[in-house]
Amino acid sequence: MESGTFIVKKGLAQMLKGGVIMDVVNAEQAKIAEDAGACAVMALERVPADIRAAGGVARMADPVKILEIMAAVTIPVMAKCRIGHFVEAQILEALGVDYIDESEVLTPADESNHIWKHDFKVPFVCGCRDLGEALRRIGEGAAMIRTKGEAGTGNIVEAVRHMRTVQGEIRKLQGLQDDELMAEAKALGAPFELVREIHDTGVLPVVNFAAGGIATPADAALMMQLGADGVFVGSGIYKSSDPEARAVAIVKATTHFRDPGILAEVSRGLGEPMAGIDVRAIPEIELLSKRGW
Amino acid sequence: MGLRPFASSPNDESPSETGQAKIGVLALQGDFKEHIEMINRLGAEAIPVRLPVDLEGIAGVIIPGGESTTISSLLSQFGILGPLREMITSGLPAMGTCAGMIVLARSAVGLDHDSLKVMDIEVRRNAFGRQVDSFDTELDVPALGDGVPLHAVFIRAPFIEAAGPGVEVLATLPDGRVVAARERNMLVLAFHPELTNDSRFHKLFLGMVDKYRSGEK
Repeated sequence: MESGTFIVKKGLAQMLKGGVIMDVVNAEQAKIAEDAGACAVMALERVPADIRAAGGVARMADPVKILEIMAAVTIPVMAKCRIGHFVEAQILEALGVDYIDESEVLTPADESNHIWKHDFKVPFVCGCRDLGEALRRIGEGAAMIRTKGEAGTGNIVEAVRHMRTVQGEIRKLQGLQDDELMAEAKALGAPFELVREIHDTGVLPVVNFAAGGIATPADAALMMQLGADGVFVGSGIYKSSDPEARAVAIVKATTHFRDPGILAEVSRGLGEPMAGIDVRAIPEIELLSKRGW
Repeated sequence: MGLRPFASSPNDESPSETGQAKIGVLALQGDFKEHIEMINRLGAEAIPVRLPVDLEGIAGVIIPGGESTTISSLLSQFGILGPLREMITSGLPAMGTCAGMIVLARSAVGLDHDSLKVMDIEVRRNAFGRQVDSFDTELDVPALGDGVPLHAVFIRAPFIEAAGPGVEVLATLPDGRVVAARERNMLVLAFHPELTNDSRFHKLFLGMVDKYRSGEK
């Protein structure tokens, strides 16, 4: 009997597929998320929109908060650590969280190195904007990937850009000849063995969710139709006028993402969505998706 | 070189008797794609079930791994729960892995939602602890009949705490915990053969489907 093997780490992400992972900041929200049908929750101090508004350094949440959320629900609980902050990750593992998100939403602790995730028994999910970034994280041991989008904006445009980029680069890889793969690995900045594997299989070796900007059931279904295995939602729920109804609707839309009739039905009467931000109006230095490499 | 022989060897991956059997794989949430691929590899047709209409004409149903709270809540919300419960009670073969086992169980400790509750077992959710306690191991399964252990992947897995007299235990861990069982037309596993290349349990299930179909005719 062996725990923390890669098949077990990657396997939990496979169990989350077709589901919605919701940000929560306390036990009450966690319960609401579970009742709405979330397949997991992300325990946070603040949702990204509030992190963006608060400014300053954003760190791992208080363990008290994480434990409170773990006690409130039976579904898996994820928590975020700063990019490169392997001690925050050690603490989260000691707390017993089910997944660690090494996240650009928090202020990076290391601008050169991400965490060496193979050292942990707890699995990691990491963000990416393109295939090279996804494969670098998988090379470091990430057992799940999410496209970054631009968290806390309620604007889907970056999530779409990142998902299309990843999928397009996978299609391109599939069409290459063997003798072109090393040059492509160099261009992507990605481990050669993983590049070759994707050339052969046409899919990422781990589950890939969409994140950063999902605010409506239609947004969730859009990301699913673009090839996401599931979605992360946070600010998009809590910054809307009726978070509970919206959460349920996004869960239904993620399951029935190819059924416009059901999408039309679940999109009705949800009240005001999150106002949202035009990403082009955000100064470059404040873009979360540019954190990490 | 002549034509390839038409007859398949006993080890062939396609159980020919299954013919046109259509297996419904509940596709509300979880690792349904892995089950669909496994069934297709075995030469049977698998279709995703998301709405009651998808249940028409299926000869068996697989309830995948995933989150049992999410799956059971969507089962109710989209009106699948009642019809599927009736079909399984009337003999439709059903296989459940992990969350699927929880959803099929008569009673599940730690699950608030209504679920199928058709199999006479009591299960405990997340019975081994959290994700850091998830594990994989070589499991002896006498019912598979070939003496080859199965590489079993347990992810936040449940186990069976109590079972009715009609339930046959198929596998236990070395400490005695029951992790696979069968009752009439129902087969449940606490682990995930669909995450591996081992299709023996899916073959066993297709055998149950064959038996059901021949009884039906």
